[in-house]
Amino acid sequence: MSRKLTRRQVMAGTAAGVAAAAFKFPTPAIAQAKPFKLGLLTIKTGPLAQGGIQMEQGIVTFLKEKNYTFAGRKVEFISADCGGTPAGTKTKAQELIERDNVDTIVGPLAAFELLAITDYIRDHKTPCLSLAAAEDMTQRRPNPYFLRASATSSQAMHPMADFAAKELKLKRMITISEDFAFGYEQMGGFQQTFEDNGGKILKKLWPPIVTPDYTPYLAQISDCDGVCQGFAGSNPLRFLKQYAAAGLKFPVVTGETGGDDALLRSFGDDALGLYSCCPYTLDLNSASNKRFVAAMNKDYGVDPGFYCAGLYVNGMVIEAGLQKTGGKSDDKAALMAAMKSVSLADTPRGPIKFDHLGNVIGDFYVRHLEKANGKLINKTVKTYHNVSQFWTYDEKKFLQQPVYSRDYPPLKS
Amino acid sequence: MTFWLVLTVNSITFGGLLFLLSAGFSLIFGLMRIPNLTHGSLFMLGAYIGASFVIGVFGVRLNFWLAAVLATLAVALLGALAERLLLRRLPGEQLAQVLVTLGLSFMAADFCLMVWGGDPLSVETPAALTGFARLGILVFPNYRLAIIVIAIIVAMGLWLLLERTRLGAMIRAGVDDPDMARVVGIRVSQLFTIVFALGAGLAAFAGIIGGPILSVYPGLDQDMLPLALVVVILGGSGSLLGSFVGSIIVGFIYNFGQALLPELAYFVLFLPMLLVLILRPQGLFGRYVP
Repeated sequence: MSRKLTRRQVMAGTAAGVAAAAFKFPTPAIAQAKPFKLGLLTIKTGPLAQGGIQMEQGIVTFLKEKNYTFAGRKVEFISADCGGTPAGTKTKAQELIERDNVDTIVGPLAAFELLAITDYIRDHKTPCLSLAAAEDMTQRRPNPYFLRASATSSQAMHPMADFAAKELKLKRMITISEDFAFGYEQMGGFQQTFEDNGGKILKKLWPPIVTPDYTPYLAQISDCDGVCQGFAGSNPLRFLKQYAAAGLKFPVVTGETGGDDALLRSFGDDALGLYSCCPYTLDLNSASNKRFVAAMNKDYGVDPGFYCAGLYVNGMVIEAGLQKTGGKSDDKAALMAAMKSVSLADTPRGPIKFDHLGNVIGDFYVRHLEKANGKLINKTVKTYHNVSQFWTYDEKKFLQQPVYSRDYPPLKS
Repeated sequence: MTFWLVLTVNSITFGGLLFLLSAGFSLIFGLMRIPNLTHGSLFMLGAYIGASFVIGVFGVRLNFWLAAVLATLAVALLGALAERLLLRRLPGEQLAQVLVTLGLSFMAADFCLMVWGGDPLSVETPAALTGFARLGILVFPNYRLAIIVIAIIVAMGLWLLLERTRLGAMIRAGVDDPDMARVVGIRVSQLFTIVFALGAGLAAFAGIIGGPILSVYPGLDQDMLPLALVVVILGGSGSLLGSFVGSIIVGFIYNFGQALLPELAYFVLFLPMLLVLILRPQGLFGRYVP
């Protein structure tokens, strides 16, 4: 018989080969090592880069500490620069979700960026943990896929007002903050609690976000016994300098951004005496905070502030959530529910848990800016425990009143 | 009463700072017809370099004034290089020049972010000028008053340069009629490099002088550039008197506008500029219609 390769043999052989290739050998039951993809939306260029860079430092510090492994699963970290514009944020969010298939997003930084993508992340069922403080994200227009472990704009201001009225015994204050939602919401929260405690807000000043010289506003600060400021980014530095240069000596209180620990390295002596209320404080004596600060000092040579700590804690929440789902992230709703039910006792910002709207309930620290060993520090003088976004107000009543704005609460004549 | 006094004095001092910022822009725009959109970044670079020397860098800590001079020279050199290597290749093409200077400003901003990071830098007021001056019922910081003095000194220096030196005569000729100037034998292209370097140096000087008041932070360039534009459009480009008067006017508009109509702060600032462009495009004292 001739050993000639007939066409039939070739066809049969090809068919057999394809069948063999298509046949799935039973795979052993080892968990598929598909990494958990974590996306970061941050700002690394432009004027808002200060906070954005710190955000990345915070989350990378946590990932390094956990060796890029959450609940036994490898974590793949993808960082995206939104440039500080809503359009840029939308573009990067689309890239992360549709091209890179991330399982969870941390960030973005600014409220206007978050508002640009809130519908998108809800439609794509991607859990998002952000520091953006826009109140209605967890109040009047809650997004079920949004979790906030830091604070709403007013969450730190309610205790600050309580402290200002009860401990500092201030009665007549002037507020000054940037002319945008974060400023309105902070000052609104401060005003509500301050006036509930017998105080009175005399004037509300709203300089534009871009104000090189605050003197026209500082000239209007007089005849009061204290000032409440809500500046963010690098504005607090300029404001406090110009405040001191204008010869003003009234005590100044502020929230989480106006006296941030990360600004301590830039502040001069004109910031001494500032009271701030923040969900994070550098001198918190928890084991995780000590680890966190040591790692930040070692890797970046800087002390962390609110932005770094916020992202570090977000990492902790994600990891704890994954522990609860046994490392599974395919069912996004289940992952979201697991993260929302997380309750941690030891974080750099103290014990935290979430309310049913996805906002944190945690400790808030009132600090006093002092000098120790020639270095500026924020010394914690009072801790408010279990502070929610509604302070001591009834949730239903709070949600019925309008969101804090330029004119709400209105000035008492 | 104190309120109005404070605003008035501050208008003049802020005007002084604006003069330092915009004099360079006015010269460059007047002579070279280049709207130098890098001007804000040169201001910021000067502030960063000066601040570094004041705070201490590579183990060197300098006195404020020395740091200011160094920053001015460094950025003037950078300006000269930018003009020779980039802008010289685009003679007369205004759109390309705008885009190149804009691109340079983005690159400079990113460069500053890379080198100095995102944190703001605080510049200490020079020791001799800390404290307050008492003018009747008014208490005003010494340093801000000093800025008016510095602005006047610089203005006089520039006036002497323009009116009493040959270089100044050549610059004025170039502003009035560059083609005739060339015919007469003035090396206009060399003049361009000198003027660009001078303008850049002035911007940097303004940056570090403004440091104790404004601090130095990413975004400083974009915050200050619109103010320079308003001053030059109002006052007229290529005119020193225009820059000076324009700066004082803008100082007043800025202070009183922000204090009395804060919601309309930017509207109040740019409306006069718009009116000038429509009614008298060369500005109050300008010679060149943009």
